Amino acid sequence: MHHTAIVFLEFGAVLLGLGILGALALRGGISPIPLYLIAGLAFGTGGVLPLATSTDFLEIGSELGVVLLLLTLGLEYNADELVTSLTGNARAGIVDLVLNAAPGAICALLLGWGPVAAVAMAGVTYATSSGITAKVLSDLGWLGNRETPTVLSLLVFEDLTMAVYLPVLTTLLAGLSFVQGAVSVGIALLTVSVVLVVALRFGRFIEAFVRSPNSEVLLLKVVGLALLVAGLAQQLQVSAAVGAFLVGIALSGQLAEDAHALLAPLRDLFAAVFFVFFGLQTDPAKILPVAGLAALLALVSMITKLLTGMYAARRAGIAKAGQARAGIALIPRGEFNIVIAGLAVGAGVHPDLGALAAAYVLILAAFGPLAAKLVQPFITSIAKRA
Amino acid sequence: MEVEQTALPGIGLRHDFTTRKGQRVGVVSHRTGRRDLVIYDKEDPDAVCQTVKLNDEEADALAELLGAPRIVARLNQLHQQVEGLVSVQLPIPAGSPYAGRPMGDARVRTRTSASIVAVVRSGQVFASPGPDFPFSAGDIVVVVGGEESTAEVADILANG
Repeated sequence: MHHTAIVFLEFGAVLLGLGILGALALRGGISPIPLYLIAGLAFGTGGVLPLATSTDFLEIGSELGVVLLLLTLGLEYNADELVTSLTGNARAGIVDLVLNAAPGAICALLLGWGPVAAVAMAGVTYATSSGITAKVLSDLGWLGNRETPTVLSLLVFEDLTMAVYLPVLTTLLAGLSFVQGAVSVGIALLTVSVVLVVALRFGRFIEAFVRSPNSEVLLLKVVGLALLVAGLAQQLQVSAAVGAFLVGIALSGQLAEDAHALLAPLRDLFAAVFFVFFGLQTDPAKILPVAGLAALLALVSMITKLLTGMYAARRAGIAKAGQARAGIALIPRGEFNIVIAGLAVGAGVHPDLGALAAAYVLILAAFGPLAAKLVQPFITSIAKRA
Repeated sequence: MEVEQTALPGIGLRHDFTTRKGQRVGVVSHRTGRRDLVIYDKEDPDAVCQTVKLNDEEADALAELLGAPRIVARLNQLHQQVEGLVSVQLPIPAGSPYAGRPMGDARVRTRTSASIVAVVRSGQVFASPGPDFPFSAGDIVVVVGGEESTAEVADILANG
């Protein structure tokens, strides 16, 4: 068969399969992310139906997916919110960072994977999935709740931390010597700061450049700019994802909303490809041996997130029931954790890291929203008794 | 009455207040234009027990039902009392020659003998506007007068 024909057949079958899985997830009221990962496992090496030809195509698609995921994430925030969140919630944010990065880092160190893997695993257990959590809050009607601003501020804090963390991780993964590494991290952090300052102070110039009444022109300009900055960031060892995230932050207001609406379908398509590709790279045979460890790690990080949420909500003057809801809302892990694991796997940190991260995210992406739903009546009864 | 405003990063804004009877209600304004009407649980004051999701249009309609019609209701009472008096609500359409011009330019009272008694703009009522009150497209003009004269006003507002 012709090469293009095979690529189309395979890619089409994957997308169609994802569509069906997505429909199932929707009906079951769960996040589709774990199902996409499982699909990737099935199509990858050692899976039920290995794909042969279209892997290169899927790889590019998955990288586009990461760029679009972070670009749209950046679009959801404006610079003011980031600054307010940083100053107002620093203490809760730091508790979140320490409590939730620790399980991953300790786990990697205990396994003897080395310090670089520890930094990567810290990221895998730290970040809550803002996508899944926002959906849980909306689905359960918690958006108006008084603890919700606390939860959202923590998500903003995490995303901002990621903007600093990702370039540091990328540098570490590049395996440079200490001096080279230090220089590289320096350049990376400087770039992030410069872009953030530009976004905060001169965002309106970028907006004036991108703005267009025509949605086609707007789409091309936003995606073009994001890819350009992402490529540049990659070249400077900052990671393409952060570049795209910063472009998203620089745009705000009506323009950001319009761009978000235009990009959402594109992001959904390529983000799904990204999850599949991560699954593709992971050998399902390797999951089983680490499944117990992943479950334990998931349990520990559920408890640490619960504590984080309770601490942050209590500081905001929320009663017991609301504190519990805040903690539970923070449990889901998803896109970011896989992005981090993907970077580490790409750099060949440890052969088991991908499998562990995949199993871990599978559990928490699926169980997080479910836990929130199951626990809701229980929380209500606490509130009634109090 | 005090309305509390809270930012919801990444989502939008929340406004809430407590009624005199102790019920807390709020509105979550999404960036997308969606509005949620939320009612808080009396036993768990941090939690919402009822969320009503409204799109742009529904939210506008509800706001108007809650606010603006008070004056219109009073006007309806008025024209029930006085035989032959009609009150109508007329829009300033986007293509109206008077959109963006002062009310006096339309010379409604002189030309039709009907009176403009109020203008409703995005849920807010401007009662007895003066001749220099600027019309803008989308305003609703409340006119009182005879049946024929109010019909003429509709024509003036639409076509000049």
